[in-house]
Amino acid sequence: MAYPHSHPRETRILSEHFGEIEATTLDGWIERGGYKAVEKALGSMSREQVIEVVKESGLRGRGGAGFPTGLKWSFMPKDDTLPHYLVCNADESEPGTFKDREIMRWTPHQLLEGCIIGSYAIGASHCYIYIRGEFVDVIPVVNQAVVDAYSRGYLGRDILGSGYSLELTVHLGAGAYIAGEETGMLNSLEGRRAEPRIKPPFPAAKGAFGMPTTVNNVESLAVVPHIVTNGGDWYRQWGTEKSSGTKLFSCCGHLQKPGTYEIAMDFNLKDLLYDLCGGPPEGREFKAVIPGGSSVPILAADELDAECSYEGLEAAGSMVGSGGLIAMDDSTNMVHAVRRMVEFYAHESCGQCTQCREGTYWAAKILRRIERGGGREEDIPLLLDISANMAGKTICVLSDSAAAPIVSSIQKFQDDYMALIAKGQHAAVGT
Amino acid sequence: MSERKLHPAVAGAQPMYRAENDPDAPLFEGAYKQRFDDILTRYPDKRAAILPVLAMCQELRGWISSETIERVAELLDLTPAYVLSITSFYTMFRPQPVGKYLIQVCTSIGCDLCGAENVVEKLLAATGTRTGEISEDGLYTVIEVECLGACGFATVVQVNERVYESVKTETVTRLLEELR
Repeated sequence: MAYPHSHPRETRILSEHFGEIEATTLDGWIERGGYKAVEKALGSMSREQVIEVVKESGLRGRGGAGFPTGLKWSFMPKDDTLPHYLVCNADESEPGTFKDREIMRWTPHQLLEGCIIGSYAIGASHCYIYIRGEFVDVIPVVNQAVVDAYSRGYLGRDILGSGYSLELTVHLGAGAYIAGEETGMLNSLEGRRAEPRIKPPFPAAKGAFGMPTTVNNVESLAVVPHIVTNGGDWYRQWGTEKSSGTKLFSCCGHLQKPGTYEIAMDFNLKDLLYDLCGGPPEGREFKAVIPGGSSVPILAADELDAECSYEGLEAAGSMVGSGGLIAMDDSTNMVHAVRRMVEFYAHESCGQCTQCREGTYWAAKILRRIERGGGREEDIPLLLDISANMAGKTICVLSDSAAAPIVSSIQKFQDDYMALIAKGQHAAVGT
Repeated sequence: MSERKLHPAVAGAQPMYRAENDPDAPLFEGAYKQRFDDILTRYPDKRAAILPVLAMCQELRGWISSETIERVAELLDLTPAYVLSITSFYTMFRPQPVGKYLIQVCTSIGCDLCGAENVVEKLLAATGTRTGEISEDGLYTVIEVECLGACGFATVVQVNERVYESVKTETVTRLLEELR
């Protein structure tokens, strides 16, 4: 069987060669049409033309925020003499998300092509691929691809005789979720704690080492060669007006066929869950689904008939986020699941902002208390109060991310909370 | 320890957990001095080399001692306190020695839903340790970690430079035997 569970209803652009071990090599990649896009962009297009075609495609950043990639590139200064940097965000750490890992381990050259074209578009002289250090099985694959690309003249001085030169360095993280936040990443790259920066200034004005910088997600960059080769309109044939193209959804949790699936962005969430992922385990029903990584609001089972576009999932009450889908069946206790997610954010808070440092800690503590049978009815308004004091009040959105599952689970699954609280009180009276 | 010359672009991107490490290995000598020099050429300032340089030290010695911190500080023109502020922020740097095999079990939501807690329990029982301890034979340290980014293959267990996917309680014994 092809790559874990490929499905005829997928639209496989990025994932076409997932599962083909030969595609990881430079020769194998070239046999599959690789590096044609680099030749086209560097050989026959201006920087502006590359930015224009990506703008036309409607591609939106695939890391979570969904900001238009072409527009982001256009913010980079045009006529300055400062060094520019492209930082590829390969610090994939949002619970539920494992799509960039698949891109890198199966098609590292697809990513390198995107890095080269992106760097060219923004006039970068150096590109850093910031990969989380935990990706021990992925890192050697990317390293080999980089070394091979250098040896064949796709990186380094005067690439393919175009006059354009680019250095590329693989930079490893060392265990910090917050380094995935773009300004946290810049601080980390500079050798500092990965504490997010206050914006403005935005990275395009003052980024890595104080220089104009663009930070792009792996998936955003990896699709760029396809857009350069085929054009913006070609990419827009999939998805919707506001959400063009395809997106990788990495699906985990209680599913028959977990894995990474590539779907047109107007695909239905229910179809993704039941058709591609094979539905919940035998004899179970879905209770809740988080469509975009643990930091987006939880959807209840009756909210799953939604379009997987940015606007569709927003209308359903959640977000596309990173496309890290987490499915939970009816055996799940939501207090337990939310406690686990909030503990993650408490562990990963950088500690700069009081609301986040204290809020995630106390929320996790209260959730643990409820789960262990020591909960009180006042804990529900208390958790909501803490959440309200966290969301939108900090330098970055980590505290919003912790608040999202708390608030949405209380809205939609309050029975789980009340049952544990009642059970605890009952036990206390009984002793 | 000899090794082939690495391309400078990837000199700072080598896995930092290795079974073969030596807590007394000389830092920054031979091939490692070369790598240190190569790493510095990839950044506009010395401070930026701190993560790859610390990772290289851990790769060699298995953990980050105060001696390592002082050496790194000296070489990068930073204070030891600054270097400590980095090693204490990033969770992959080990502040004390660990077993030959550092067994990291993901217990974040994706793996948690698929029974990661049971895998941890089984691993601790099988190695006769509590979380973070080194087993009596010096071989194993089991710790829980946050999301390893392979959630579709739960439970994910990382042992040094290897990732084990879809680990179940039933396969724990085999996993440990494979390591021996």
